[in-house]
Amino acid sequence: MIPRASHSVLRQARTQLKRRTGPTPVASLSALARLLSSLAVLEQKNGKLNHGSLGAVTAAQKLGGSIIGFVAGGNIKAVAEEAAKVGRVEKIIAVDNAAYDKGLPENYAPLLVENIKKGGFTHIIAGHTAFGKSLMPRVAALLDVQQISDITAIEDEKTFVRPVYAGNAIATVESSDDIKIITIRGTAFAAAEAEGGSASIEDGVDPKAECTTEWVSENLAKSDRPDLATAGKVVSGGRGLKSKEDFDRIMLPLADALGAAVGASRAAVDSGYADNSLQVGQTGKVVAPQLYLCAGISGAIQHLAGMKDSKVIAAINKDADAPIFQVADIGLVGDLFDKVPELTEKLKQ
Amino acid sequence: MSALRILVPVKRVIDYAASSSSIAPISHSKRKQNKNLIRHALQVKPRVNKAQTAVETAGVKHSMNPFDELSIEESVRIREKKSYPHGVSDIIAFTCGPPKSADILRTAMAMGADRSIHVETKDGDEIEPLSVAKLLRAVVDKEKVDLVVLGKQSIDDDAGQTGQMLAGLLGWAQATQASKVSFEGDGKGVVVEKEVDGGSETTRSNLPMVVTADLRLNEPRYASLPNIMKAKKKKIEKITAEELGVDLGKRLKTLKVIEPPPRQGGGKVEDVDGMIAKLKELGAI
Repeated sequence: MIPRASHSVLRQARTQLKRRTGPTPVASLSALARLLSSLAVLEQKNGKLNHGSLGAVTAAQKLGGSIIGFVAGGNIKAVAEEAAKVGRVEKIIAVDNAAYDKGLPENYAPLLVENIKKGGFTHIIAGHTAFGKSLMPRVAALLDVQQISDITAIEDEKTFVRPVYAGNAIATVESSDDIKIITIRGTAFAAAEAEGGSASIEDGVDPKAECTTEWVSENLAKSDRPDLATAGKVVSGGRGLKSKEDFDRIMLPLADALGAAVGASRAAVDSGYADNSLQVGQTGKVVAPQLYLCAGISGAIQHLAGMKDSKVIAAINKDADAPIFQVADIGLVGDLFDKVPELTEKLKQ
Repeated sequence: MSALRILVPVKRVIDYAASSSSIAPISHSKRKQNKNLIRHALQVKPRVNKAQTAVETAGVKHSMNPFDELSIEESVRIREKKSYPHGVSDIIAFTCGPPKSADILRTAMAMGADRSIHVETKDGDEIEPLSVAKLLRAVVDKEKVDLVVLGKQSIDDDAGQTGQMLAGLLGWAQATQASKVSFEGDGKGVVVEKEVDGGSETTRSNLPMVVTADLRLNEPRYASLPNIMKAKKKKIEKITAEELGVDLGKRLKTLKVIEPPPRQGGGKVEDVDGMIAKLKELGAI
């Protein structure tokens, strides 16, 4: 381990980016921890910090070393102040420019690259969200780094664990890049406490890169229910619901009775029973709530990839042989059109 | 303005019916058949090899990454529907992979690609997204491509990086997870609807650009027998990574691959009351 660590430290020290930080590399892990500095890329929308993105800080805490947060957008002061309260964050780098409000990778990537070069960070961490997925590979390419996507665990400063093949295999990979660019699976790294810290706030460099893409509009599903990706409870419906009307009539009251977010299987989404953004699975959202209660979902492995880390899985399905029962902690064989309304009624009492 | 030259990178992966069923869009008529596939799939899902170094690929059915089928389909539709005002002059399929990857290039050409480029690698060699992006950059320069359409991720590595990396290397605009692509009359502007967390987002970019396809972009066609025959006459150009000036050396070393811990089903309850009692017992409500 020692020779390997020493090799890594030397490698970091050799790079142009680390040259300024200076201390003579010593072949010990404590020295390594001191050299390590992580940049957590935090998301904001309409002047509000996205607390879901604080999972990046949690990952940085696990790595050890110093933690710096990064935010950008118009009137960023309030967001920066909010982020400065997050536990163990030493500094927030804030860039006040409305050009970064929509997180367009064409100008956000050069912005990050300039700030990474200036700060000499060893680890850049963002959530594996739509924002992180679109932005970070571009940043990685500009820095000539092979990104590590959607990690679920950190073994040491260069060794990470990530699911592959729709979660059917778990790979442990070691990076030889000087800078580690990582996106994290939100359900594996809970958001860091948004209080107790008192980080300083510093203006970042703004290269004002030209953006060849303009934001036109967005169409976001409005809901008073909890956010699917971070909800403590999720109720999810599948093909068995038969129509959008039935989906809304059967599943939404159950969600409200439990205070749960609503999810759906690929089949339900494809058939138009539920919005695309509600899809749970390999190509949709990955959730890991306390309770995942699903009805009319057979349990294709593509769907299981998105929910099998839930604490308790309960399933209602009329097919006693449905694969979902192989993973469900509680299974009920029956017609969901009878059982779900009954369950909803009894939960309300 | 001249006609569009489109590059479509495709990847040969373990067949989705084997790895993760129901990835490719399915029509209503095929639903039943697909349901059986799902059943079957659970018995033949990817297995980790005994040495715990990789997923077993020998003797396992492979096919084109389902997201790449969407990219080919979209490119062919741009041509057929004349949605780009100056037309499409060339659709080039590209792959980097072992000799057998030529099969999926034939599939791409049977679906409507005009010709192919194959960077051949040894069986079992895995090429990282950054290297593939560098190969693609070289091909874009060589072939004077104006639009690259990729799948949003491959279903083996699940990285979701190549398109964005390519756009970064080229300094081009990018639109990821596209569910709708349309062209403006000036032949420059491309309006893309993208799937994002919580809904969709629409952006407008100028060509040249990189687009990655999400599931809902289209429904890929099946190659007809005559088109499969015609595709045999279309050209596959073989080129090496050295010729393109790209080093395929890896930055990530896979130390270990394991199966995820199996989940034990907890058995069934008789009725709704039983379910509520069990939910309470497990502390879920």
